[in-house]
Amino acid sequence: MYSHASSDLFRTPGAFDEMSGFGNEARTPYREVRRWLEETPQDLLQTRGAQAEHLFRRTGITFSVYGQAEGAERLIPFDIVPRVLTRSEWTRLERGLVQRVQALNAFLADVYGPREILRAGVVPEDLVLLNPQYQLAVVGHAPTKGVFTHIAGIDLVRTGGDDFYVLEDNARTPSGVSYMLENREMMMRLFPELLGRARVAPVETYPDLLLQTLRSVAPEGREEDPGIVVLTPGHYNSAFFEHSFLADKMGVELVEGVDLFVRDDIVYMRTTEGPRRVDVIYRRVDDAFIDPLAFRPDSTLGVPGLMSAYLAGNVALCNAVGTGVADDKAIYSYMPEIVRFYTGEEPILKNVPTWRCREPDALREVLGRLDQLVVKEVDGSGGYGMLVGPHASRGQIEAFRHKLLATPEKFIAQPTLALSTCPTLCDGRIEPRHVDLRPFVLTGADGVRVVPGGLTRVALTPGSLVVNSSQGGGTKDTWVSDD
Amino acid sequence: MLSRTAANLYWTGRYIERADFTARLLDATLRLSSLPADYGGDPQAWSAALAAAGVAQAFADAYGEVSDDAAVHFMSLDPANPSSMRNCLERARSNARAVRTGLTVEAWETLNDSWLQVERFGVGTPSPSRASELIETVRRAVLAFDGAAQRTMLRGDAFWFLRLGAAIERADNTARLLDVKYHVLLPRTEPVGGSLDYFQWATILRTVSALTAYRWVYKDAVKPWLVADLLIFNTEMPRSLAACYEEISGLLDSLAQDSGRRGRAHRLASATLLALGDTDIDTVFASGLHEFITGFLGDNNELGAAVAEQFLF
Repeated sequence: MYSHASSDLFRTPGAFDEMSGFGNEARTPYREVRRWLEETPQDLLQTRGAQAEHLFRRTGITFSVYGQAEGAERLIPFDIVPRVLTRSEWTRLERGLVQRVQALNAFLADVYGPREILRAGVVPEDLVLLNPQYQLAVVGHAPTKGVFTHIAGIDLVRTGGDDFYVLEDNARTPSGVSYMLENREMMMRLFPELLGRARVAPVETYPDLLLQTLRSVAPEGREEDPGIVVLTPGHYNSAFFEHSFLADKMGVELVEGVDLFVRDDIVYMRTTEGPRRVDVIYRRVDDAFIDPLAFRPDSTLGVPGLMSAYLAGNVALCNAVGTGVADDKAIYSYMPEIVRFYTGEEPILKNVPTWRCREPDALREVLGRLDQLVVKEVDGSGGYGMLVGPHASRGQIEAFRHKLLATPEKFIAQPTLALSTCPTLCDGRIEPRHVDLRPFVLTGADGVRVVPGGLTRVALTPGSLVVNSSQGGGTKDTWVSDD
Repeated sequence: MLSRTAANLYWTGRYIERADFTARLLDATLRLSSLPADYGGDPQAWSAALAAAGVAQAFADAYGEVSDDAAVHFMSLDPANPSSMRNCLERARSNARAVRTGLTVEAWETLNDSWLQVERFGVGTPSPSRASELIETVRRAVLAFDGAAQRTMLRGDAFWFLRLGAAIERADNTARLLDVKYHVLLPRTEPVGGSLDYFQWATILRTVSALTAYRWVYKDAVKPWLVADLLIFNTEMPRSLAACYEEISGLLDSLAQDSGRRGRAHRLASATLLALGDTDIDTVFASGLHEFITGFLGDNNELGAAVAEQFLF
């Protein structure tokens, strides 16, 4: 339990700025960007911003917002001022990411296998075994080549020059990588000279690396020319653009549940030339919907019999079934111990201090200072169902107090971090806005890979800390620039 | 290729072709209906156009009486008409969006961009100048899409299914136009030139954008039987029934080469192509133009169904 968070983590008046740090001078990686911002007239920046929006709409890079009219397509706002990291900052982050994802995979293999970490008492047994994301259907079953979370998105925030924290791990079906790639394409199209001067590491190898990762986990005997597909819930899904984008870039079929069927524990897709065998499925459908025979019987998105093919070892699912137990926010609070337990090393990336409301002492402390804390549901995502204390009304705080008292085990609380800010074009003016960073980590049978960059999300409302696209956040291109 | 992808591409092709046909039909009919009665202005022009677009019944259900404005609205922007230009493009685009991987970025972008332009016209009755702007937008959209597909797509299943849908739709459109106008195409003894029917013939040729082509092919004044000959038998004329069936046969062969399979669709297409080669316009007139067209429409529909069945749509 972390009840003694260091004071510099709390919301401070002067947040760290990606361009100027705590002062007014441009940090080294931002020299080119600063010069560019000073040299370019504001109306030209504005024009370029509008041009970017036009191009994105034309490309059809849209997403749907749940709760709006079905099929309504919106653009995620794109900001033209890049977020820049130096090569040396990145190298440290990368080592931390690799270490963390290796620990996540080891943890998953363990809790569905020998359960050593539970027997050692490092993580409480009930937190894992009674977790709604713990899939009993795959207990004792190792996925092909032993990899559970092939594609992980690790959300990082920064509070100072060297202070990066992991805000959450996404080990199920993290999205956003298409924006990482398309944002870079957009910047190259709009500002080729700037990119030329800044010497930015390329991210365009991601689809190749993803394909390589998927190939590497093909079932035994199918390694030669595995049938690989991307499984989407369909074009009403909020991330459909990304699903089709990735399938296209990898040159594999984009399928829906109805395109697949299972016979004798082998998965096939229906093609114009008859059935064709499928060996690896990059699925963007949640566990609960993947097979109506094994999970939710009302699911029309899944494939009947898929789980039995999976358990027979005839198909690889990426990510594997049951990874949700590792990105639960209550498990998150144990990540430093989990990293130490499996790697024998000190965690390179820090965790945000977290109160687990299931513990009575922690709950008491959280209830006493709800107006200062961020309270999240342990299995929530997308910025839904959370309380940002300093920005909440009295009524919202009281409503959360009741929820906390009723089911404390469903919540964790964290201090409100002073997220770093990044210069952002807002209504024709450059203003600081809070940002986070989601790099994507690929794990195959042949190792862990990270492309230099990630998705920077930006909270466009002044002072807001919520960067989720479903809550009106925007994105920026993320540069790893030579020092 | 996935059967669902094939079906979506096939329908993308069909809807784009239908949007193009409707645009040209609307354009030609606007011209015809604006002529004074003494110069061939035809009070029945809109009823005929609705029939040629295959939406006469749907129109009657929605509006009853035919009026110029209502007909223009119905064929251009009306969301209630599944074959309005707006709906065709929207459906083409949503079919394409569901199979983004089946199209190249270029083909998708031109289609998406076109849809965004057409969407800006709204859903109300367009003024005459807006209507002609819209027609121009749709025609350009189709040209841009075909160009992008032609220049960027791999010559494989995806391309062939897209074009197969377009070719079957095109054959259907030309045949329906002939079906509605056959009575003005029958051979007659009266001297040509000066006939008010000239405007009818010109309208037909404009609808298949072949007024100039006609002159190149026949080097003659517009004569109704030659118009029928051009639209049915001339393989140089891309919208003729014969040209459509040459293309359909070729596409089905390409698909068969890839999969090593032939089926009912191949047999039906070859039979129609052979029949077109075995006969000529005089024989058709002797045995009845109308019967010939009705028979063709039935065969073409059957081919559409056979394609769906054979490729497991």
